Amino acid sequence: MGLLDSVEARNSDRNVTEFKPGDTVRVQVRIVEGEKQRLQAFQGIVIQRKGAGVRETFTVRRVTGGIGVERIFALRSPNVSQIEVLRRGRTRRARLYYLRDRKGKAAQVKERRN
Amino acid sequence: MIGLIGKKVGMTQVFADDGQAIPVTVIEAGPCTVVDVKTEEKHGYSAVQLGFDNWTKKRPKSKPVQGQFDRAGVPAKKHLKEFRVADSGPYEVRQDLKADVFTPGEKIKVTGTSKGKGFAGPVRRWGFSGFGDSHGAKGSRAAGAVGMCATPARTLKGHKMAGRMGAVRRCVRNLVVVEVDPERNLLMVKGAVPGVRRGYVYVEKLQEWTPPAPEVKEPEEQPDTHLEGQATEPASQVPEDQQAGQSEEEKPQGE
Repeated sequence: MGLLDSVEARNSDRNVTEFKPGDTVRVQVRIVEGEKQRLQAFQGIVIQRKGAGVRETFTVRRVTGGIGVERIFALRSPNVSQIEVLRRGRTRRARLYYLRDRKGKAAQVKERRN
Repeated sequence: MIGLIGKKVGMTQVFADDGQAIPVTVIEAGPCTVVDVKTEEKHGYSAVQLGFDNWTKKRPKSKPVQGQFDRAGVPAKKHLKEFRVADSGPYEVRQDLKADVFTPGEKIKVTGTSKGKGFAGPVRRWGFSGFGDSHGAKGSRAAGAVGMCATPARTLKGHKMAGRMGAVRRCVRNLVVVEVDPERNLLMVKGAVPGVRRGYVYVEKLQEWTPPAPEVKEPEEQPDTHLEGQATEPASQVPEDQQAGQSEEEKPQGE
């Protein structure tokens, strides 16, 4: 293992919940407001996972009030306190960008059963 | 100011306590062995000469350079560099300086050789704007005019033109040390540092620093490779204690 890898492997035990693109997740994000801290949930479909090690990120997409909202989270960030998988999705690709062009029923991902 | 010779390992990111991702360059800095100590009395200035990375090639170091290491009683190093210090008194030959010379939060200066970019045009090399592609024009990344008219009838010296870019010595000041790992001699520095991965860099302090009481190692046995066929040289095969005595004599800052 190279020196850089050993630095990158840091926090690799954080957020080890297994999830894939297509899954519906609820992400608990730590938000600091002045002195206070609280958790805010963001729920939606994972449309991509990107990078590796400490630098891995994932994008969650949801549609609220007809407006698509995508948030990119750093997987190993201490601010992402919990990732909860609500539904497993079956997909044929790793990046679900096509969901951006679809609305309503067409923008669904089929459930994965196994 | 005192510093260390290091090797750039690469870039990654670390998270601060508040969850901010900080881009960092990892530098393997040290252990650097003090090969020579220059003093005001003897040399007219105070400095510490450090060596980094053991010499691993079969080919010996050139004799004059090897002599430097023999005198100090340390194995040959790949890289030697002198750092000026206000007072070289607290430093001892054969002392090892580790990454804990630095503390997190400290500002430092990093010097390295920037990546070579080859022959680069003026747009890349000097940030020229180039010409637009629209309104039927073909567009261009040419430099444009390089001078005036009959006066001065020549192009002024130093005019920015295309040419070789990069692969020159560059330093970046006021970089912040984010983390120090003295065990593995790793420094994590916020931001980018000149040069390629595995390239040598000088990491220098911006403030005065006094080393802790030195732990001086016994002179090490010289590797045999560069001694072959040099049996005439007295320093080559003498036992360790004798060798130490010899380097004591030659040491300029002897008591």
